[in-house]
Amino acid sequence: MLDIDPRTSILDALRNHIGLTGTKKGCDHGQCGACTVLVNGRRINSCLTLAVMHDEDAITTIEGLGEPDHLSPLQAAFVRHDGFQCGYCTSGQICSATAMLDELQQGWPSHVSADLEAAPDPTDAEISERMSGNLCRCAAYPNIVDAIREVAGGGK
Amino acid sequence: MRPFDYRRPASAAEAAADGAETGTAFIAGGTNLLDLMKLEVMAPARLVDISRLDMGEIEQTEDGGLRIGALVPNSDLAADPRIRRDYAVLSRALLAGASGQLRNKATTGGNLLQRTRCYYFYDTAMPCNKRQPGSGCAAIGGFNRIHAVLGASDHCIATHPSDMAVAMRALDARIETLAPDGSSREIPIADFYRLPGQTPHLETMLTPGELIRAVRLPPPRGGRHVYRKVRDRASYAFALVSVAAMIRIEDGVIADAALAFGGLAPLPWRDTRIEAMLIGEAPARELFALASELLVDAAQGRGSNDFKIPLARRTLAAVLGEACELEIAA
Repeated sequence: MLDIDPRTSILDALRNHIGLTGTKKGCDHGQCGACTVLVNGRRINSCLTLAVMHDEDAITTIEGLGEPDHLSPLQAAFVRHDGFQCGYCTSGQICSATAMLDELQQGWPSHVSADLEAAPDPTDAEISERMSGNLCRCAAYPNIVDAIREVAGGGK
Repeated sequence: MRPFDYRRPASAAEAAADGAETGTAFIAGGTNLLDLMKLEVMAPARLVDISRLDMGEIEQTEDGGLRIGALVPNSDLAADPRIRRDYAVLSRALLAGASGQLRNKATTGGNLLQRTRCYYFYDTAMPCNKRQPGSGCAAIGGFNRIHAVLGASDHCIATHPSDMAVAMRALDARIETLAPDGSSREIPIADFYRLPGQTPHLETMLTPGELIRAVRLPPPRGGRHVYRKVRDRASYAFALVSVAAMIRIEDGVIADAALAFGGLAPLPWRDTRIEAMLIGEAPARELFALASELLVDAAQGRGSNDFKIPLARRTLAAVLGEACELEIAA
């Protein structure tokens, strides 16, 4: 049980009160996606979320997706495809992509889906659109898309 | 961020009663409110957390429409099979807005009430009649590339940022509310937003504590649905101009048309003169050009946003072409 100021975001609760520093603070305004975590399996910006509003929810961070000896499929693919340079956005990218693949599985359409009612394919255009909430200032985007496409089993 | 009291009422009625106290803000998704609170553009003394109230369902209504609970996340609304099939313009508008993360958190009610992204509204060092009534407008005579060309006033030229609300304007949505005294009402979206006039800080017709409970959509109108958004990036950016269109063609003429516009005005814009001009006519380039002229006949640029006037004209003409062509092809 945490006893914290109601102003505390999930991001600050994780980093400053629980000691889980895998989740990164980039812009702190919901613009960069570095702080992406999963709340009950869904990706959100943890910087724009009050911890006090989520006292019974399951929050998954990058630490919960895999470990150095047991990487998640996306973690391994990011390493294999060199999907980062400085690495600061990476935990957010991987948390975001983890939930994004689930959204694809559920058949959620995107802005670039030609047919709103058809099952979407994990094409590069779909992956880029669905990952647009995660910025990478090193611009490792091509390799990030490669890594995600490999796990999603999609074609270019 | 300024300190605030946090409450989590057990019912909508309790929330509305709590909300009537001065200095109170409802919080659900929080994606816009918390951003503004961090910058101290907004500093509510009290947050009433409505996120766990029972307002998260999409239900069929007796008249064949849908009732969308105020807490339905933007993601769920966009992905709902009934919305994708019968209200495609709404699904498209939602998917054109924000990012996957934000759509998961942002709610239907909150999206309607999101604040402008005018940079002077966000900058507490600058005058802004919306943030601080009477302080002036830094956007008029300042850098106003993203600002309104329709419906603005000499007190405020900010635009409403929502894509969802533009589609709902075209769909003639009704906003169902609950007041602190327990009374409920439905406000047509056409009457929900206020033009800035001399009071740009008053953005909607909601009274203190009045809580949005749901949004009602009329029965499906059919026709071809298009939502086109023109923006500075291909994704994750606000509209410079957007057009929501529903067009139905019968026997070679436009039998039904509903059009709404984003990025141009302080509220989701609609101009029924355009629809009246189109209905009963055969689709044609010249007709679309005339309709597009009508959209901007009262438009006023403020310098950096002058480009929006021809952009709006061309975007509407292109959308009408697309919607009619698709409809004829189908």
